Amino acid sequence: MTALLLFSLGFIIEKATLILVLFLVTLGVAAYATYGERKIAAFFQDRLGPSNAGPWGLLQPIADGVKMFTKEDFVPNQSERWIYILAPGAFIFVALMASAVIPWGTTLTLGGLNWNLQVADVNIGILYVVGLASLGVYGIMLGGWSSNNKFSLYGAIRASSQMISYELAMGLSLIAIVMLSGSLSLRTIIEQQSGMWNVVYQPLGFILFLTCSLAECNRAPFDMAECETELIGGYHTEYSSMKLGFFLFAEYINMFISCTVISCLYFGGYYFPGLDPNWLGGLMGPIILLSKSFFFIFVFMWIRWTLPRFRYDQLMHLGWKSLIPLAILNMLLTGAGILFFGK
Amino acid sequence: MVFSRNPVHSVLLLIFTFFCIAGQYVLLNAQFLAVVHIIVYAGAIMVLFLFVLMLLNLNKDTEPQKSTIWRISAGIASGMLLVTLVGALRGGVQMPVPGSGNAEVGLVENLGQVLFTDFVVPFEIAGILFLAAMVGAVLVGKRDIKA
Repeated sequence: MTALLLFSLGFIIEKATLILVLFLVTLGVAAYATYGERKIAAFFQDRLGPSNAGPWGLLQPIADGVKMFTKEDFVPNQSERWIYILAPGAFIFVALMASAVIPWGTTLTLGGLNWNLQVADVNIGILYVVGLASLGVYGIMLGGWSSNNKFSLYGAIRASSQMISYELAMGLSLIAIVMLSGSLSLRTIIEQQSGMWNVVYQPLGFILFLTCSLAECNRAPFDMAECETELIGGYHTEYSSMKLGFFLFAEYINMFISCTVISCLYFGGYYFPGLDPNWLGGLMGPIILLSKSFFFIFVFMWIRWTLPRFRYDQLMHLGWKSLIPLAILNMLLTGAGILFFGK
Repeated sequence: MVFSRNPVHSVLLLIFTFFCIAGQYVLLNAQFLAVVHIIVYAGAIMVLFLFVLMLLNLNKDTEPQKSTIWRISAGIASGMLLVTLVGALRGGVQMPVPGSGNAEVGLVENLGQVLFTDFVVPFEIAGILFLAAMVGAVLVGKRDIKA
C-alpha cells in the first residue's frame, strides 16, 4: 500500500512537473512567436520591425504583455456577461490542452530519474487532437455572439462554418496516416518514422493537412474570422485588455501545436537522420521536434505575409469542392498502395 | 425544472452533459468511444445547434409565455406520468449485474475487430443509411432541380 502510494506520488510529481514545464514552454513559444511574426513581417515588407524594447526589440513580447494587463478591462453593456467572460478562457484552455498527447522525446534522464516526455500516451492520441480542434470553435463562437455586435457575430459565424468545413478534410487526410501506421497513438506513429518520414508516402496528405491547419488556426490566407478590412476586428472586436490578449495568445498557441502535430505526423517527430534522440540525456529529441516545429511556424508566417486573403465563397469552394475530394482520393490511393505493395 | 430559459445557456449545459458522458466512457476504458462522442456531438452537432440559435437570435422575450392554468395542468400531468413510471418499474425484472468481462473490449483495436467481423453487416447498413441521409439532405437543400 505504501509502495503504491509512493509510486503514485512520484507519478503525480513527474506528470505535474512535465505539465508545468510544457505550459511555460508553450506560453514562451507563443509569446516569442508574436515577436517572430512581427520581425518576419518586417523582413518581408522591408521594414525593421520591433527594435526599441531591449536589444533587437527582444523584450517586445513582455512589454506587450504588460500593456495588455494594464489596459482597461471593458465589458459591453448589452453583452451576455458570463459567456463574454467565459469565451476567451475556454478558447485558451482548449488550445493549451492539446499539448498533453504530444510525445516531445523518448525519455529524459535527469538527476538519476527517467522522465517520460509525454504527459499522456493515450491510444487515441491523434483523435484527441482532432477533438480539441473541433472544440476550439466554441471560444470564437461564444465570444462573437456574446459581444452583441454585428461584426463580431459575422466573424464568429464565418469562423465556425470555416472550421467545420475544414475539419472534414483534415480528418480525411489524417485517416491515410492512420491507415499507414495502423495506430492512433502519436508515439507509435513517430516510432514508425525512425527510418522514413511519412511525408514521403503522403505528399498529397501533407499538403492537405497543412492547408487545413492554416484554416483551423484562422491564419491568413484563411483569416475570415477577423479580417480587419471587412469586419473591424472580427469576433474579438468588443474585447479589450487581457481578454483580447487571451484570444490573440491562444491563436499563437494553436499555431505552435499545429506545427508540432505536423512535425509528428509527417516529419518524423523527434527523429532526424544522423541524430539520435537519446543524445544529451534524451534532450536531443525535444530539440529536434521543436526545431521542426519552429520551421513550420516560419512557414505559416511566410504564407501569411505572401498570400492575399481568400474571398469567403472561394474559401468554401476550396474546402468542399477541392480539399475533401482530394482527401478522399488520397485515402483511396493509400488503401490501394497498402493492398498492392504492403506497407 | 428548467434552470435556464436562455437557449444558448441550455446548449452550453448540454455540451457540459456530453463531457460528463464522455467521462463515463473513459471510466469504462472506452477511450475511442469517448473521443468520438466529443468530436461528433460536442464538436459538430452542438456547433450547428449554436449556429442556428445565433442566427435566429432567440430570446426569452420572444418565447410565448404560458398561463398559470397551463403550468399547473402540465405539472399534474407530468407528476402522474412519473407515478405511473415508478409504479411500472417497481417490482419489475431485476437486471443482473454483469460480471467483470474483458476490460480491454472498449479499446479501439478490439472495437475495430468486432465491427468488421461480427457486426460487419449492421455496420455497413448504418453507413449506407448515413449516405442516403446525406444525399437526401443535399437534394432537399437544392433550390432548383432540373427534372
